[in-house]
Amino acid sequence: MENKIREFLANNFFLGDDPSQLNGSSSLIEAGVIDSTGVLELVGFLEEDFEIRIDDEDLVPENLDSVDNIVHFVERKRAA
Amino acid sequence: MTDPAGGVKEIDASVLDIDAEAATDEIVSALRSHVGSMRRRGAVVAVSGGIDSSVTVALAARAFGPDRTLALLMPEVDSDDDTLGLSRSVTDAVGVRTVVEEIVPLLAAAGCYERRDAAVREVVPEYGEGWKFKIVLPSVLGTDAFRLFSVVAQSPTGETVEARLPPAQYLTIVAATNFKQRVRKMLEYFHADRLNYAVIGTPNRLEYDQGFFVKLGDGAADVKPIAHLYKTQVYALAEYLGIPESVRSRPPTTDTYSLPQGQDEFYFSLPYHEMDLCLYAHNHDLPPEAVAGAVGLSPEDVRRVYDDIEQKRRTTRYLHLAPQLVEPDASIE
Repeated sequence: MENKIREFLANNFFLGDDPSQLNGSSSLIEAGVIDSTGVLELVGFLEEDFEIRIDDEDLVPENLDSVDNIVHFVERKRAA
Repeated sequence: MTDPAGGVKEIDASVLDIDAEAATDEIVSALRSHVGSMRRRGAVVAVSGGIDSSVTVALAARAFGPDRTLALLMPEVDSDDDTLGLSRSVTDAVGVRTVVEEIVPLLAAAGCYERRDAAVREVVPEYGEGWKFKIVLPSVLGTDAFRLFSVVAQSPTGETVEARLPPAQYLTIVAATNFKQRVRKMLEYFHADRLNYAVIGTPNRLEYDQGFFVKLGDGAADVKPIAHLYKTQVYALAEYLGIPESVRSRPPTTDTYSLPQGQDEFYFSLPYHEMDLCLYAHNHDLPPEAVAGAVGLSPEDVRRVYDDIEQKRRTTRYLHLAPQLVEPDASIE
């Protein structure tokens, strides 16, 4: 799952050829990796590829602002 | 900024006070200088009935004379019913020449409405004839949550449907709607070219700084004479320049979607008075505590507004960029 998320970020936000280089705990917003449209695309990707529903109350940095946070969030969502 | 006792010195709305006469003289002088250096002999201004274009056309008339200032009025089907009348009240007051351009056929031919409505219908399947809609953003206040656009659609009988917009539909609605600003700009340059005039842009400081414009649409112009003025200051100039009260008292609107849409529910975090003060404070490196009282927010919410200002600057940086070259051509710079 983490590799899939990293690949999505790398393919859509020009991170270079090696998505594994992205620090798992770095803020994607503060690092300038994604902007507001990027958040929209990220949410669409997670909902579609991992078959989860992301509610408005889920749209917080603790769930979506780093690779680690996204992985943990998707795991929780799929387990629920 | 600290007061003598060592605490944070608070600002109030007076920080945005300006000498309207001096500001007008400065802008008029700059307009003449810039347009003169372009070897153009007058100005084209698109007038929408809003405060910014009203002030801009009045400034252009002072700079070049009413006979060398052409106002273009270009309402379309989603414009407010008052748009044309308010625009005419301004051009009558300023005494400039006026041309009304019918842009609906151009927009329809480009697929503006059809492409936009198809994207809305993908999210709200019942959306159709007689429905109206707008897109909205949640407030930044009280939460650090990411904000995603929603569509709000209203049926002919008044029922409202709201749904979050997926990325493809959001981007398509915005892209299709941007035809409006770009078609208007195309006509502004048609008239500017035939008259050898310059096109004068109308963004205020909030809009210019925060990227609230369409690239190659309302973002395109030869001179942007009020881009350094906070919106509060534009209102002060409007009063000095004799812009009709009906225009000065009208709440700012995007006048772009079929449902009425305030600028602060679509783009800015706050109504313009408060947004101006927060932008001023942020530009002067003042801590949130310095402006919180003046805008009636907690310092934490002011911090969220500061963050939103920075995020919009990052997101819209590309709108300000000229086409990038692999090698700069020093011979034409």
